[in-house]
Amino acid sequence: MLENLTGRLQGVIKNLRGQARLTEDNISDAMREVRMALLEADVALPVVKDFISRVKARAQGKEVLLSLTPGQAVIEVVNDELTELMGKANVGLNLATQPPAIILMAGLQGSGKTTTSAKLAKLLKEQKKKVLLASADIYRPAAIAQLQTLAKQLDIDCFDSNANQKPSEIAALTLEHAKKNYYDVVIFDTAGRLGIDEAMMAEIKALHTQLNPIETLFVVDAMQGQDAVNTAKAFGETLPLTGVVLTKLDGDARGGAALSVRHVTGQPIKFIGVSEKVDGLEPFHPDRMAGRILGMGDVLGLIEQAHKNVDMAEAQKVADKIKSGSKFDLEDFKSQMSQMRKMGGMGALMDKMPAQMASMAAKVNNEDADKSLRRIEGIINSMTPLERRKPELIKATRKKRIAAGSGVQVQEVNRLLKQFEETQKMMKMFSKGGMAKMMRGMGGMMGGKLPGLR
Amino acid sequence: MFNIFKKKSQPDNSIDKETAVNETEVQAEAVPVVTVSATEPKETEPKKAALSFTERLKQGLSKTRQQLGGQLNSLFGGGKIDADTYEELETILLTSDIGVAATQRLLDNLKKRVKRENLQDTTALKQALKAELLAVLTPLEIPLQTNTHAPFVIMLAGVNGAGKTTTIGKLAKQFQSQGKSVLIAAGDTFRAAAREQLQVWGQRNNVHVIASEGGDAAAVIFDAVNSAMAKKIDIVIADTAGRLPTQMHLMDEIKKVQRVIDKAYPGAPHEILLVIDANTGQNAVSQVKAFDDALGITGLVLSKLDGSAKGGVIAAIAEARPIPVRFIGIGEAIDDLRPFKAQAFVDALFD
Repeated sequence: MLENLTGRLQGVIKNLRGQARLTEDNISDAMREVRMALLEADVALPVVKDFISRVKARAQGKEVLLSLTPGQAVIEVVNDELTELMGKANVGLNLATQPPAIILMAGLQGSGKTTTSAKLAKLLKEQKKKVLLASADIYRPAAIAQLQTLAKQLDIDCFDSNANQKPSEIAALTLEHAKKNYYDVVIFDTAGRLGIDEAMMAEIKALHTQLNPIETLFVVDAMQGQDAVNTAKAFGETLPLTGVVLTKLDGDARGGAALSVRHVTGQPIKFIGVSEKVDGLEPFHPDRMAGRILGMGDVLGLIEQAHKNVDMAEAQKVADKIKSGSKFDLEDFKSQMSQMRKMGGMGALMDKMPAQMASMAAKVNNEDADKSLRRIEGIINSMTPLERRKPELIKATRKKRIAAGSGVQVQEVNRLLKQFEETQKMMKMFSKGGMAKMMRGMGGMMGGKLPGLR
Repeated sequence: MFNIFKKKSQPDNSIDKETAVNETEVQAEAVPVVTVSATEPKETEPKKAALSFTERLKQGLSKTRQQLGGQLNSLFGGGKIDADTYEELETILLTSDIGVAATQRLLDNLKKRVKRENLQDTTALKQALKAELLAVLTPLEIPLQTNTHAPFVIMLAGVNGAGKTTTIGKLAKQFQSQGKSVLIAAGDTFRAAAREQLQVWGQRNNVHVIASEGGDAAAVIFDAVNSAMAKKIDIVIADTAGRLPTQMHLMDEIKKVQRVIDKAYPGAPHEILLVIDANTGQNAVSQVKAFDDALGITGLVLSKLDGSAKGGVIAAIAEARPIPVRFIGIGEAIDDLRPFKAQAFVDALFD
């Protein structure tokens, strides 16, 4: 995601970093490049102009000129301003009201409102909220059925509305139902509408008045172009928006809409949609996103993801085992693999790595890497428990059996065993020399420090 | 026109909406479609009950025109051409999603032309710009011919929420009104209730929809093609699930769908349409590239042009991959899916 913008900005950064002295010339050269990069990334022109003039003013100011590494200082300025543009810190949902807290979803056709509603419901359910989904999309055929199906998959209640009801009627009945059954949160999905369609905008305005939601979320497709400004303006003028959800960020969208929408509506981006799957909704962190755009990686995000998905007890067990010096066997090897897969596979991890590391790893095809992870699991699954504990038992005939069992060539079994041996060696080193020794080994890889952590 | 009806009707009454659609259709049928009338100034046009194609397009693009045309009219007032004019023009082109590269090329060509033809004032510049844009867009104006095969198999592809399913509805209805029999294959087996969306639509409009509970998209479409051959149906329209081109496994899946259709009926699908949301920015170019590389796209549909989006991205697409634009969607009514006309498109933008 955002590779393109990232790539271009990195070119600029590389150039600036090399400069011992910044002149007006090389700053405006760099700014021209940044302008192009932002426009190519679909950031709206007025936003780009504003951004450039602010960075330029600061780049010619004292903080940069007095810095020992002016190139680096400019990058910091760009980073700061990017963060500023996207909002400073993550802003969560505000549900502090007398229940039910109502969340109203609004946006263009096909921006992803219904999918986002379901994802949000899942997120809130995980926070132990009693959630009710409701849809007032009576226009698109089967839109209500879509939400109901999703709700059923997630085991979340969905209000039973139908296309013969009026949206206002659905709203009233939903409210009544939610109050009667003590729901904490109601997520109210609406039909997609154009910002210039006055009748439809009046409808959602009326719904807003009727429901009095504590959160009104504007759902925007990350692929949206220059028009994002106009749409955001239209919705912002009709509804008192409280936040933005940016969807479909898992494509190769340049995500320029993220920068524009926040600028126009003045409301924080609260969530981003990063997968088709129901758990693909993440809180939005502007500082991390700015780092990501500049290719500094999102190390914090990576750690958080690890916390969420990795079975800590399992990890602890492996760690203890390694520390105690007892043998690291294939069973542990496999659990490591599956932990990695749980974190969304190589692709998802790479997205968040600092650019230097990611570019190194880019040589490895993510898809292939994920495939081979699965294959390794398959091979290990074809071994007996004894073989897993004592891999040295595996000789020719056993290898043949394992290969046949997992549908691979014997060579692949060999390769896996070799790979395992190496990991085992590293683990041994780890248990003897501890973390420091291992980090030294890896230190060279990361260029000394983690650029994302300042 | 549809918008006018909708404003009169209750905004949240779906029955009114239905009748509005029907009325629109009837009137549109009654009035012969007038082709391009470029010279006719908009202000003096008499108010008709039903509008010609150009007018309809203009109305669909009215916001686009207000945005772009408004700026352009102040710019093209007839003053002298200077550096500011070009900078202003660049801004306007960029904000219509034409993209950095295509804008640069358009401006370069325009500057050359101004020099060559010794153009003096901005009114002449406007004509020159129109001519330049037209030169880029005209090669894309190739209408879809559906009588080359029977059944003629059309497959749709696109990212999530581009408007594939809605486009299928409109397409089916249009083919039907041309007296052709149509069969729809509900190949979106991933999104919740995508199948129901088509089925509900099919029931309302009396079009047969082939769908199966869950399962494989390729299998559903395979069945549909076979059934169409047995029943001597004229046109099969196959829906597919929305996918982002970065998801390699989903791109592989759609390649498989294409292969399976070919198996059911060698040579099919005869048309692979990529649906692009006019709101999309420069990402549309990478969408076209990715889907074209995977499937060999034969036509484009530009949907949702009735919003404030300008759809300028087709100029960028025309440069990267000159694939014919078969249809543009300029409204929600069934007859708001129109064949693409470069001249009318450019006119609607500027007049």
